[in-house]
Amino acid sequence: MVDPAPRRAPLVPLLLIAVIALVVSLPAATMFGPASVSFSDVVEVWRGRLAGDAVTTPVERIVWNIRAPRVVLAAIVGAGLAVAGTVVQTLVRNPLADPYLLGVSAGASVGATAVITLGVLAAAGTWALSVGAMLGAVIAATLVFGVALAQGGLTPLRLVLTGTVMAAAFSAVASYLVFRSSEPQMAQGVLFWLLGSLARASWEQVALPLMVLLASLTLLWFLRGWLDGLLSGADVATALGVPVVRLRVLLFVLQAVLVGVMVAIAGGIGFVGLIVPHMARLLVGPLHARMLPVGALFGALFLVWVDVAARVLAPPQDVPLSVVTGIVGAPVFLVLLGRRRYRFGGES
Amino acid sequence: MNAHLEARGVACGRGRRTVVAGVDLRLARGSRLAVVGPNGAGKSTLLRALAGLDRPHAGEVRLDGIPLGELGARARARALAIVSQHETPPADLLVQELVGLGRLPHRSPWATDDGQEWTERALARLDLTSFATRSVDQLSGGELRRVLVARALAQEADLLMLDEPTNHLDLRHQHELLATIRGLGVTVVAAIHDLDLAQRYFDQVALVHGGRLAAVGTPEEVLSTELVGAAFGVRSVRVRHPESGRTHLLVEPWPGEETG
Repeated sequence: MVDPAPRRAPLVPLLLIAVIALVVSLPAATMFGPASVSFSDVVEVWRGRLAGDAVTTPVERIVWNIRAPRVVLAAIVGAGLAVAGTVVQTLVRNPLADPYLLGVSAGASVGATAVITLGVLAAAGTWALSVGAMLGAVIAATLVFGVALAQGGLTPLRLVLTGTVMAAAFSAVASYLVFRSSEPQMAQGVLFWLLGSLARASWEQVALPLMVLLASLTLLWFLRGWLDGLLSGADVATALGVPVVRLRVLLFVLQAVLVGVMVAIAGGIGFVGLIVPHMARLLVGPLHARMLPVGALFGALFLVWVDVAARVLAPPQDVPLSVVTGIVGAPVFLVLLGRRRYRFGGES
Repeated sequence: MNAHLEARGVACGRGRRTVVAGVDLRLARGSRLAVVGPNGAGKSTLLRALAGLDRPHAGEVRLDGIPLGELGARARARALAIVSQHETPPADLLVQELVGLGRLPHRSPWATDDGQEWTERALARLDLTSFATRSVDQLSGGELRRVLVARALAQEADLLMLDEPTNHLDLRHQHELLATIRGLGVTVVAAIHDLDLAQRYFDQVALVHGGRLAAVGTPEEVLSTELVGAAFGVRSVRVRHPESGRTHLLVEPWPGEETG
């Protein structure tokens, strides 16, 4: 006899633990890298900087100017991808959906590849890569949206088909750009970007993704009931008074902005947006009021430590983040799939 | 006085193809209408149009005299609840969470109050209190139906629409569910296959056949030998039950098609 009540983690203690873990992880993660710094030094630097002291010593420079923005961005991007994954999974009611399903990141990769191989947007300087990726994401999202709408609306099936087909086309364009570029370093640069990296992180990059993340979470918090309704299907949601068509448009735009910004900052980091929402649902159930904050915190924690692994696995080189998330993510996902009773939006 | 639910010249269908047309109906508050008809006649299609899930191709549906199209989505969801035939709720959702979704049309996004007492009352009325913390994917077909009806009750809607509510239920659970629904005291519209159940638990029957409402009236009027024969291609007789004295509908294939 199976226990009829699924085991749920108590929400408030879980959130508290995750918040504390994140607060500890942010400084702790700046200890690791090619040059290791002791925890007490790290705490000293963070305390000094947060109190307004100037950065003077080399250790302070490594910890605060190089590693700290990287760790903070890892947390923001991890949370952003987890939230985007949740949005896409709810929008298309498909457990295999991830933030990259709807073609936004493939479009971003065309933009980034064009910047790396063709040198377009050189005027944007250090921002060129992010701006190129963002432009690509906007164009791709608009195309996918337009095609899906023209062919029958933003229904789950239409979105999955359009997104997958268009993503394949965008990836082909990106591959072609790499193929016709003459220099092998460029191909490596593109590959590194595609697989995700925070190696170029700086404090100036933090504000935009942080604002996008907080705004998205706030909006989704107000929409939480409607999202729960949509999870049961369009007819049920309509019968419960959810404006399904408008909600789908809103969610599409939201995921496009989230994915566009996160990918522009960090490249195409895989697995986070796929697994973390599932993990949150397993722990606290599928209602969005519970799983969204848990997922955001878990995504942040996960990527902070993935990025630490990326720094320490093969020093002095950075390992691309997708290499780490894939190696950690694949077994985690298999365990999820093998779990006795986890089923999301389908019979399988 | 306005009818609780009224259809005026409604034509409806799936996509552009009209399946049923010229539907006129008036349903008083508290009455129960069974929509019967052969497979593919358009029972579900008509139900969807009456519930506002699909826009009718022609005519209009009124709720307490107000055209359904003029009601906002939330207002409609507060007045009318639907239990559809196929619904797979998200896995790992608890019964109380699924029933709690019925509070959606009443909840403002800012409210922290989630209408828990309504959920509990709905669970209690359908005798589901002990199921509250079960996962919905652990429920039998009959239990899931009851949970979905409880969600409809949590909506506080006094018009309940059900598409084939007794599908996949065994004999006892068919009777239990329909008796429960009858006891709720709300207005009910249900598409149903079993004509005997229709005449037992409903006070009006609408027969959908040949792209229109072939007949509307009391079960005795509509479930006559002639009308049932014309719509379903079977021979029906009314027989008095030797013990209960209740009238039942017995059905035989036409003589030429005898198989058993």
